[in-house]
Amino acid sequence: MLESYLPIFFMIAGGIAFGVVMLKLNEFFGPRRPTEEKFSTYESGMEPVRTARERFSVKFYMVAVLFILFDIEVVFLYPWAVSFRELGYQGFVTMFVFIVILLIGLYYVWRKGALEWD
Amino acid sequence: MEITISDLWQSAPMVSLTLTGLVALLVESMKGGRTTAVYGLSLAGCALAFVFSLWSLGSEVIVFNGMILQGGYASYFSMVFTSSAFFTIVLSRPYMQRLHREQGVLYILILFATVGMMLMASAMDLIILFLGIELMSVCLYVLTGFVRTKVTSNESAVKYFLLGAFATGFLLYGIALVYGTAGTTNLKLISQSFAQLSGNSLFLMGAGLLVIAFSFKVAAVPFHMWAPDVYEGAPTPVTAFMSTGAKAAAFAAFVTVFIRTFAITGTPISEVVAFIAAASMILGNVTAIAQSNLKRMLAYSSIAHAGYMLSGIAAGSAEGETGILFYLAAYTLMNMGAFGIISWVEQQDDTKLTFDDYAGFSAQRPVVAAMLSVFMFSLAGIPPFAGFFGKYYVFLAAVKADLVWLAVIGVLTSVISVYYYLRLVMVMYFRDGNATIEERVPGFAFAVIGVIAALVILLGLYPSLVVDISKTFFKL
Amino acid sequence: MILESIVFYSLAVASVGSALLMVTRRNPVIAALYLILNFFCLAGLYLTLQAQFIAVIHILVYAGAIMVLFLFVIMLLNLGDERKLSDAISPRKIIAGGLSLALLLELLSIFVTGTEGLPEYNADQALQVGTVEYIGKQLFTKFLFPFEVTSILLLAAIIGAILLAKKKPD
Repeated sequence: MLESYLPIFFMIAGGIAFGVVMLKLNEFFGPRRPTEEKFSTYESGMEPVRTARERFSVKFYMVAVLFILFDIEVVFLYPWAVSFRELGYQGFVTMFVFIVILLIGLYYVWRKGALEWD
Repeated sequence: MEITISDLWQSAPMVSLTLTGLVALLVESMKGGRTTAVYGLSLAGCALAFVFSLWSLGSEVIVFNGMILQGGYASYFSMVFTSSAFFTIVLSRPYMQRLHREQGVLYILILFATVGMMLMASAMDLIILFLGIELMSVCLYVLTGFVRTKVTSNESAVKYFLLGAFATGFLLYGIALVYGTAGTTNLKLISQSFAQLSGNSLFLMGAGLLVIAFSFKVAAVPFHMWAPDVYEGAPTPVTAFMSTGAKAAAFAAFVTVFIRTFAITGTPISEVVAFIAAASMILGNVTAIAQSNLKRMLAYSSIAHAGYMLSGIAAGSAEGETGILFYLAAYTLMNMGAFGIISWVEQQDDTKLTFDDYAGFSAQRPVVAAMLSVFMFSLAGIPPFAGFFGKYYVFLAAVKADLVWLAVIGVLTSVISVYYYLRLVMVMYFRDGNATIEERVPGFAFAVIGVIAALVILLGLYPSLVVDISKTFFKL
Repeated sequence: MILESIVFYSLAVASVGSALLMVTRRNPVIAALYLILNFFCLAGLYLTLQAQFIAVIHILVYAGAIMVLFLFVIMLLNLGDERKLSDAISPRKIIAGGLSLALLLELLSIFVTGTEGLPEYNADQALQVGTVEYIGKQLFTKFLFPFEVTSILLLAAIIGAILLAKKKPD
């Protein structure tokens, strides 16, 4: 039965191999004129290495929580999509109600300004 | 296998309350959404759900593919929950306005918590029970921490959440073991095979974990640690809601699983519950004596009351069930009344919460003092108030189930409890002082507490009003 | 069958190893990363049990979303230098160790007593239960009502998150 996962295994292996090969090719063919600045990690202009022990704004946390909540919604969509044909009209109505209820939540989130960064 | 219109119609209390919550949330989100509109809508939703419950009290059906029970037992509990929610909403408004923290979502969360409670009382499947407990608990965690500007409110919310999450773990593990041994989560099917299952140690372990989870929710010893701190730190109307609606819901789950599904009389489960009951009665009452803060005193008293009601569970009989049902109605009323009045006297900075702050209260506010005395007498279980008959029925059930020792502990600890309940009455009437209510109490809230006091007396005089109804509920 | 045994045992060793590494790491971020590795191993184990749905969900929700939240919380707490955390043996640790040992013995006893008293399961049926199709069908027919209730639960959680974590309450 494990054989049935073989395509997925190839997919993952291919994905990793592609990334590694591309990087290595670049290293091999690309011109290399290293300076100290170039060796440092690019962090959008921020200092790349410093202590990570500092306080993060609670805003990050709220985005993460909202992400999880809507992620769980997607979890329910997955088995629904797989058996969509079998479930037919009834299944559609069911998911419609589910999503409408969560849309009300999204509307609330939006109106309260929780999606804005400030 | 599908949700039909008739299913929805038969579960009108729950469905109407959910829809009210959703509409209220839309109103709250809209531009210029008025808090008053949400307040009115929420009250109307509770009243409507109450009327639907009252209406369906006589008929019992199992709907949604064997998932929930509607009517009868479920309707009775729905009435308790919706009244608790109604009173809480009425009391919250002036309280939150004083703190300048009034937001419409407060009422919406109370509505959704009530829907969770209804699910707990109507569950015919462990999955529904779990969802109901979670829905109620998530709303309560947030409500506890609603006053974000207060450290005590935040602290109690975190405590409640962390310990509540542990209790959920116990609950899920218990459900998993029960499912693993019974092969189903449907309570009706489990009750049919209970005779064989009760000898299985894995099943008993699962049942034991369920006892732990429910004991946490009803705040019974040794799973009571959270209650005093959370009751003290939460906004007082929310405390009232937790100690009435949430406690009643947890007992509804207890009764559903341990009396109506499992026949626990004479099993080790019954012994465990009896032990928890005895410990709660002793520890709750003895510790309550030492409290000077009224919210903490009522928290320990609520632990003790959980102990009294658990004697009914330990009995595991129909009498026990009837006793608990009556007790919960009485307890919801008297505790709601007591917390309501405390929330009026209390000051914004958490002062005026001790016994001493009530010195001379009777001279300043004679009517309110009289009502508070009614609630205290009833909580102490002094006839002719409702609290007396609650105790009478559960202790009677314990005696009939050969748990005489438990009833004796119950009676003795009740005597202890008289001391601290009447201490408040004594301070109000016989000690000099100028305790009063500083802010104006809205007429509506005042009238609601008056009605509650009247009901406490009415149920004490005519307990059969409730008892006769609860005897007709069918068994699984 | 040999292939399956190899896959199972290597995943089992990796999951136990990553779990041990997780609880012994002093740096919480590294511990969290080992937890992610552990989740992946568990997902692999679920796949060998033909429980594809739970395997996918495990990666999607736990290794993905929940772990992001874990890392945020670690950073929000601002623990400071974790080397300062005491390592002394306290009575609390001894009690916790005793309880863990009791749990281990309890689980081992199940291996001794076997599956006596448990309902019989048909192996073919058990294989079917974990598939996405089966779960979808059950969820949207038999467990339709609990599914709808979940949406209310999620909604309550959304409201709660905003109420408690929004920076500027209005």
